[in-house]
Amino acid sequence: MDEPLTTRTPLYSLRQLGASGIFLLRAFARMRFGATQWRELIRQVYFVGARSLVIIVTCGFFVGLVLTLQTYDTLSRFGATNTIGTVLALSLFRELSPVLTAILFAGRAGTSISAEIGLMRATEQLDALELMAIDPMERIVQPRLLAGVLAVPALSLIFSLMALLGGLFFAVYLMGISPGTFWGNMQANVELVRDFLGGLLKAAAFGFIVSWLAVFFGWYAKPTGEGVALATTQTVIASAIAVLLVDFVLSALLL
Amino acid sequence: MKSTNQIELTAGLFLLLGIGALIFLSLQATGGASAIGDGSYQISANFTNVGGLEEGSDVNMAGVTIGTVQRIALDDETLNAQVTLSISERYDQLPRDTSAAIYTSGLLGSQYVALQPGGLTETLADGDKILLTQSAVVLEKLISKYMFNSETEKGG
Repeated sequence: MDEPLTTRTPLYSLRQLGASGIFLLRAFARMRFGATQWRELIRQVYFVGARSLVIIVTCGFFVGLVLTLQTYDTLSRFGATNTIGTVLALSLFRELSPVLTAILFAGRAGTSISAEIGLMRATEQLDALELMAIDPMERIVQPRLLAGVLAVPALSLIFSLMALLGGLFFAVYLMGISPGTFWGNMQANVELVRDFLGGLLKAAAFGFIVSWLAVFFGWYAKPTGEGVALATTQTVIASAIAVLLVDFVLSALLL
Repeated sequence: MKSTNQIELTAGLFLLLGIGALIFLSLQATGGASAIGDGSYQISANFTNVGGLEEGSDVNMAGVTIGTVQRIALDDETLNAQVTLSISERYDQLPRDTSAAIYTSGLLGSQYVALQPGGLTETLADGDKILLTQSAVVLEKLISKYMFNSETEKGG
């Protein structure tokens, strides 16, 4: 059941979609929360979350800067530069933070998850765990899935925060918008539940999708160097496509 | 390899940072803080036309935002628009004969309810109704009036 899928079989993509669904069911069928599970979850939150902080913080800041620069230029053509805070916060909370964080997360953490699990498969560590009567689904897969759901919303929030700081820096210190206008306009027009928490929900969904695809491709990687390389590539490609597709569906449903 | 303790500590710090960002952003960057803030009371007003007024629009007095539009519905008997205004409890000294009007901020901006204080010493309380109202100016009506007027002038 756990041998890698070969590209030669007919209806390969459809089979893979089915396999990823069955894989998810198997991962959740034996969901248990013992002390070791919690420890492993916290460890994974560190590996996929805390270790992604550098890229999220720097990218967030620069996205905020360039977004403000471009929006400011556009708004100044309508004489509406006072609304810069609102435009910035709405586009960040509702769309940019969850999506960009998820894609950066796929590149930074998704790849490392699938390479790690692929290597475990190649070096027969997963079989060794099973021989020791430790369920690898429970010990390896579940904590990584849940860690993604926890880490991506947190990273997305930090991304928003850094981008707003970048925007504040550009709009207030370089363009001379008053900080009161910047924040006040934002507070007047951004809704807590609809805009802010809706975006957070999206981030959690993306975290789940990316870590699911990462463990799935790692789990079914061919036990060769080439196979692991392919699995990491597939993780990034599939994550990017899935995140953007689900983003559209979720946006249509939520907003 | 870092020790388990250090890993758990960093993971905790990371989640704490996320929660910190959540609290900061929800209070500083959204309208959530004012919603959780102090209480409010409701007063209603009937308008013959609310134009583009929406639920959630501002209620101003002397340019200061003192509340929001809570509900807009059609009054079954008078077939007027019945607008429920939610006013912050801090402003409970509005005179009984306060009048309400719907204005547009800027030429094409969003619409809001402006309250004009009256002179009575009695004040509006929860559930009271504003009697003096002035409906929204519908731009299309104004334009068509102007156009048809000039048409007839030309014709006559």
